Amino acid sequence: MKKNFKGWLYLLPAIIFLSIFMIYPLIDVLIYSFEEGYNFASQTHKGVGLYNYSYVLHDTYFLQALKNTFILVIITVPLSTGTALLIAMALSSIKKLRELFQTVFFLPYVTNTLAVGLVFMILFKKTAYSDGMINLLINFFGGESVDFIDGPYWAKMLVLCIYTVWIVMPFKILILTGALASVKDDYYKAAKIDSTPRWRVFTRITLPMISPMIFYLVITGFIGAFKAYSDAVALFGTDLNAAQMNTIVGYIYDMLYGNSGGYPSYASAAALILFCIVLTITCINLMVSKKSVVKGV
Amino acid sequence: MKVVLEKLTKRFPNRNKKIKTEVVAVDNFTFEIPDGTLVGLLGPSGCGKSTTLNLISGLEKPTEGKVYFGDTDVSDMAPEDRGVGLVFQNYALYPHLTVKQNIMFPLQNFKGDKKLTKEVMNDKVLEAAKLVQIDMLMDRKPNELSGGQQQRVAIARALVKQPKVLLLDEPLSNLDARLRLQTREEIRRIQRETKVTTIFVTHDQEEAMSISDIIVVMKDGVVHQIGKPQNVYDDPTNLFVAKFLGTPPINVFKGKVKNHMIFIGNSAVLEAKDIKDQDVYVGIRPEGFIPDDNGSLELKLKGLEVMGRDTTIVSTHEACENVEIRSIVSAETKIIPEMEMVRFNVKPMKTFLFDIESGERIYFGRQEKIV
Ligand SMILES: Nc1ncnc2c1ncn2[C@@H]1O[C@H](COP(=O)(O)OP(=O)(O)O)[C@@H](O)[C@H]1O
Ligand SMILES: [Mg+2]
Repeated sequence: MKKNFKGWLYLLPAIIFLSIFMIYPLIDVLIYSFEEGYNFASQTHKGVGLYNYSYVLHDTYFLQALKNTFILVIITVPLSTGTALLIAMALSSIKKLRELFQTVFFLPYVTNTLAVGLVFMILFKKTAYSDGMINLLINFFGGESVDFIDGPYWAKMLVLCIYTVWIVMPFKILILTGALASVKDDYYKAAKIDSTPRWRVFTRITLPMISPMIFYLVITGFIGAFKAYSDAVALFGTDLNAAQMNTIVGYIYDMLYGNSGGYPSYASAAALILFCIVLTITCINLMVSKKSVVKGV
Repeated sequence: MKVVLEKLTKRFPNRNKKIKTEVVAVDNFTFEIPDGTLVGLLGPSGCGKSTTLNLISGLEKPTEGKVYFGDTDVSDMAPEDRGVGLVFQNYALYPHLTVKQNIMFPLQNFKGDKKLTKEVMNDKVLEAAKLVQIDMLMDRKPNELSGGQQQRVAIARALVKQPKVLLLDEPLSNLDARLRLQTREEIRRIQRETKVTTIFVTHDQEEAMSISDIIVVMKDGVVHQIGKPQNVYDDPTNLFVAKFLGTPPINVFKGKVKNHMIFIGNSAVLEAKDIKDQDVYVGIRPEGFIPDDNGSLELKLKGLEVMGRDTTIVSTHEACENVEIRSIVSAETKIIPEMEMVRFNVKPMKTFLFDIESGERIYFGRQEKIV
């Protein structure tokens, strides 16, 4: 009993902290989301029900944001993880200049999101007077200039995806180089002695051995991509609804403070919808990973 | 398949980059391993045993010299083409695969007309598993096995593709004492049954002595002696080999030869005709002492260890290099523990002289070079 008490005592600071900054607000958001016709100034509401959810789910801006977020998640998570794995493997196989390359690949991680956004703007922009680097390249190969920042939907989505991949990659490379380095050399030696083809070494040895880390990256990658917001702002400015480039988090923000701001009930409903989506996806991920991740490496 | 090493040398750049001199891991190693023998590569840690093994497997390329399998020069052949089986010190079993999948792994790599059908593979896996007696553990994962069982799986995986040469790098050092004894007998049995040429690396002389047909004693990348275990024990070529083999170890005294007599301190212990006067190391095997009240060598008694069949007399002498002298005599010998001094005669065939500078053996009396 006494031991138990001590344990709780040690946990107390964390519990208090979490209660104030996580659990209480969460419950508050939950309550908000069911209060219909909430008035911010008078702090009153007209009734309780599902109207807020219905409103949000029928709002074209929300549906656009939902679509954008899903496209972002589905494209960038596999792409960034896969590319990061390729780069990490290349890094592990070179000896010379390895540290230099590791630093270079890590630079985007320590660079401010908005600064990188600016660089992307310059690369991809197209104005009446000048073209960005990418457009110059397209022109060089005989294509028409495309306005990636203010033009067609697919072009903007493309830039957002490339940008997101670019931003999240360094961390993944870092984790994966570490994971690859932790695979004992003896396994590769044993495989070599047994004339194992390279592809088989990769699929039957390397991949299973680093699978816990890959799953970690996929799960956190999904969560991160669902919560994307600042990337879109960095590229397309704050009026994301107009640019058709809003994300779910962006929509929530707009509902609270944006042009159409002052609707905490709608924002809360949207936040809870996002919460449910992330929770579901993460549970599915964990279930899959439990089945396929190698333990005891 | 016989294995021939010819002037094999491997130099590494120093791991500490500031030191420019190279590390000579294997120095001019020339030796032939006859077909079907079990060779024990023996030496202290860091003497180049693993490197020698890696040169044979092809994981390392020799700086100089050649490796032959049979009459084929394999020096420039990639490890995957050499057809060797290798067992690692920590087994290197794939943790995510079952025992069966681990053993089958090498077979699944066969290409072209060597490719095997599922049935043949299953048969071969079962055969290898039966050989090392793990056929009832086929569906376990390595982390569900004991150290000894993992070791067997590793051996089965190395043997399943019927390698020309089987290489084992300190295969027993991760096992506890009892399992070590058991497993080394097992390795001996498996080697006898398969008749595969086997090279076995260890730093434990007892292990090497007990199961090898031939032992190769190395130090600092140099081969010091090659021969049958008993012969190397009975006829060490230098002080290092003499000290390295045998438990309890050989007793080494600082002595001298004067007027054709071997002296330890002031006692003349043996005659040494034709040897000129000089300082020498005198090594006497524990079994080389004959208790005798009129014996020539007087030692200060420290204790007795009675082991039933025989007795170990523990004693000291100021000229002795060892902390204590251990002599093994038959249990019938009457020694009273309260005695202060004991006297011995020494057996000439169990006594070796070594040059004080080089440590090289000096043969005296009826001793002859066997190896
Ligand atoms: N890859 C390497 N680079 C530099 N030095 C090495 C390398 N491999 C082994 N050595 C050195 O070569 C010597 C022999 O090593 P090794 O063959 O592993 O010894 P053993 O197996 O007998 O303990 C040691 O001094 C070791 O430090
Ligand atoms: Mg070694």
